[in-house]
Amino acid sequence: MSFAPACAALHDGETARAIETADEAAVLRALDAPAPGPHDLAALLSPAAAAHLEALARRAHETTVRHFGRTIQLFTPLYLSNHCTNGCVYCGFNSANRIPRAQLTPPQALEEGRAIAATGLRQLLLLTGEAPARAGTDYIAACARLLRPLFPSLAVEVHALSEDDYRVLVRAGVDGMTMFQETYDRTLYATLHPRGPKRDYAWRLDAPQRACRAGMRTVNIGALLGLAPWRLEVFATAMHARYLQRHHPGVDLAISLPRMRPHAGAWQPAHPLTDSDLVQAMTALRLFLPQAGITISTRESPTLRDNLVPLGVTRMSAGVSTAVGGHTGGEAGTGQFEISDPRGVQDMCAALRRRGYQPVFKDWEPLADAAPGAA
Amino acid sequence: MTTTPEPDDFLEIGGTRLQSRLFVGTGKFGDDALIPAVCEASGAQVITMALRRVDLDAGPANLMGHIPAHMVRLPNTSGARTADEAVRIARLARAMGCGHWIKIEVVADSRHLLPDGYATARATETLAREGFVVLPYMNPDLYVARSLADAGAAAVMPLGAPIGTNRGLRTREMIAVLIEDLALPVIVDAGIGRPSQACEAMEMGAAACLVNTAIATAADPVGMARAFGRAVAAGREAFLSGPGAVRARASASSPLTGFLGQDGGRAPQEVAP
Repeated sequence: MSFAPACAALHDGETARAIETADEAAVLRALDAPAPGPHDLAALLSPAAAAHLEALARRAHETTVRHFGRTIQLFTPLYLSNHCTNGCVYCGFNSANRIPRAQLTPPQALEEGRAIAATGLRQLLLLTGEAPARAGTDYIAACARLLRPLFPSLAVEVHALSEDDYRVLVRAGVDGMTMFQETYDRTLYATLHPRGPKRDYAWRLDAPQRACRAGMRTVNIGALLGLAPWRLEVFATAMHARYLQRHHPGVDLAISLPRMRPHAGAWQPAHPLTDSDLVQAMTALRLFLPQAGITISTRESPTLRDNLVPLGVTRMSAGVSTAVGGHTGGEAGTGQFEISDPRGVQDMCAALRRRGYQPVFKDWEPLADAAPGAA
Repeated sequence: MTTTPEPDDFLEIGGTRLQSRLFVGTGKFGDDALIPAVCEASGAQVITMALRRVDLDAGPANLMGHIPAHMVRLPNTSGARTADEAVRIARLARAMGCGHWIKIEVVADSRHLLPDGYATARATETLAREGFVVLPYMNPDLYVARSLADAGAAAVMPLGAPIGTNRGLRTREMIAVLIEDLALPVIVDAGIGRPSQACEAMEMGAAACLVNTAIATAADPVGMARAFGRAVAAGREAFLSGPGAVRARASASSPLTGFLGQDGGRAPQEVAP
């Protein structure tokens, strides 16, 4: 079982045409649909739906408040290692980039974790580049075991692992997994990932499913928006999420909307999204997947993030450093990407409260230490 | 003015007598600091909280710090996907000082969020044996309800509609079956979006209602909590007062058979030839 055949079928031209040619009547039907299906999603992502953005936003807001209330979960990433053997053309960790490389020892990771926990955060995302010889499963598991007592929710965003490796991480206390397919367009994927193990599109595509099978509670997927035309990328992400939900109904699915921004002198995304595009993508996803988490990172500016809060977001990062050891004064210049929202945890909480939203720090109670049930 | 329930009308669960038949929740509030005012305005005496959200290390931000001392705490096992997880969460809740009442939620479908009746019954049996006052959240299914009763549940908590939908008593007929059949209190949980719907559940004979989303996501949660408190009390009083039967057609107040009298009329007299 794999999402691959269905994903390939999405790229035969028909789906893109359906999205491009959806008319206003289809958009209005989709906006009224009690449980929007794939045809409705195509309409909501269409150019025709852009004229109905306010209506989309209102429905997305109502749906989100009903299912999640006025709450936003807060987390932060901890970059364990930026060693990488891949050559992703858009990434700061690209092995050809001459940046300082660093890797925390597990005790250093614990120090970093203590600094983060002191800000009140209880949900942590561990990140590495792809260098399994240095930062492999055993290393990540060792860091996780040390950090687990500080963080009831511990997720990983690392290279694609085998099901057995994901099981090792689950046993070490990891309960969430984030994996961006970057682009669902297989041809484009090959050109953007010219070398390194990440070249294997299919291995990466099925990684979230392997994580589900291994017992991860939360699986967060996404496409790096800007690499390919966004409407089809978001559609494919949604269908991937729906596929995972159908086959692994117990797993909490979440979607990230990481948007590449043009940067002077840096690699330029070929298909940049406007703010309106991003809002349309998020609100359409919310209507199609009412129960899915939606994550917005600090790639976006404080003003935009604040305005996105009522439109469907359920998780946000705060107090972010993308540098290895960035929370304990680690080496500068090791970051993966420039962040646009440098606010610390207290500032983020204050901003959320001003909008009538409650920051949620803890959302799971680890059960590994509890007495096993006799049920 | 709040209607006064019958003085001797109370709901007894786990040896505790409750005057209020509205249970409230702690999820989805824009600010947990609203919780004390919601408790006061609603008159509720029982409040449920997800153990997954409880952080005893969080100091003043700890959810438990917002719950008034007089409330009965009903921790729930939100997030549990198996009977085993529900049992572990319940034990943790008790160990963390949240009391010995537990609302079992076992949901292994993150899309529809419907409870797993079989797993719920297994967890109920284990926890009831361990001395918990067990209130299981369930689909209103008669056979599951009987299993839960046999397993030692203190009440059953059927959903009125999928959780968080505010769609009201979509499962009305099935809830009516439970109310008619079970000796246990039937507490309608999930789906109640408006006070009128809670009132209707109480008129039907539900023992209580649990309302969270509709209060927490209202524009004025405190005002909505007060409205729910009154609606539940009104529905209960209506139930106790024996509402007239509902008929499909109008019923004449001068019945067509009134001429028969109370003795059924006279027998026909023999007529002389």
